[in-house]
Amino acid sequence: MLCATFIDSKAMAWPPMATFKPLSTPNPHRLPSTVARDDEHLLVAAAKRGDAQAFEELVNRYEAKIFRLTMNITRNREDAEDAMQDAFLKSYSHLKDFQEDSRFYTWLVRIAANEALMRLRKRRPNQFSLDEPVQGDEDLMPRELEDWGPSPEQRFAQTEMHEILSEVIDNLEPDFRVVFVLRDVEELSTEETAKALGISIPAVKSRLLRARLKLRDRLNRYFRQGATN
Amino acid sequence: MNCKGVIREISDYIDGELGLSARQELERHLENCEECKMVVDQTKLTVEIFCDSKPIELPGDVKARLHDALRRKLQEKSN
Repeated sequence: MLCATFIDSKAMAWPPMATFKPLSTPNPHRLPSTVARDDEHLLVAAAKRGDAQAFEELVNRYEAKIFRLTMNITRNREDAEDAMQDAFLKSYSHLKDFQEDSRFYTWLVRIAANEALMRLRKRRPNQFSLDEPVQGDEDLMPRELEDWGPSPEQRFAQTEMHEILSEVIDNLEPDFRVVFVLRDVEELSTEETAKALGISIPAVKSRLLRARLKLRDRLNRYFRQGATN
Repeated sequence: MNCKGVIREISDYIDGELGLSARQELERHLENCEECKMVVDQTKLTVEIFCDSKPIELPGDVKARLHDALRRKLQEKSN
């Protein structure tokens, strides 16, 4: 099917601007899967005292999410597994250094992101750099703009959605991808993301903007009204 | 604010980090520009979809290797 560009404002079912809520306000759709369970700090305290079961419970709780993070950054299963394993082992070894000024999960994400980045840099030494400045904003304008209809994601089964999200994120440049993953999937703050990656806040913002626009552009292929899979 | 300005500020806008006057200017533009309104709404939805995505279950072999390594580490520490 040819990708025709059309805009049908009457068919749009998006909420009017009066009801628009920024992502940082409480929003049931934004309720993070990373919401702290009340007992996280108790488990951390017990693990610090040497309770191995408490640490294993933390691992059980976060292993799938940390594997998703390391997969999203490395896009390589072997590297993702190594990075995840090392992240948990290092977090255990350094647990006494964890100051509890942030959530344990946020601290763990930073360790796992560093492990994953190290492996990504090793595998793609000339293709990945967070030090390069991003290009100007000439290419920011959306290429294709079409109506998605209401709740386009609900037209897909959960496994199909996983495949779609995996494919679109896989094709994102690594330096945009890591920022997007930390900021929007793991929900680190801009400051935490900058700290985890060792880059400035404007650099995080600039990469995040590009990542979000590129992902929107790519999801358009699946979500536009009448799109066939 | 023109369309290019809206696109440049879209991230800060959907995160609620835009200053009051810039936000009002952007929203005035959105009232009259269906294209920009569509980009804003779809970008916000894109972020929400990724944010809400559930991690897939950890493959059994990966989980087993992780817990083996962990047990070794815990044992090493207790000795």
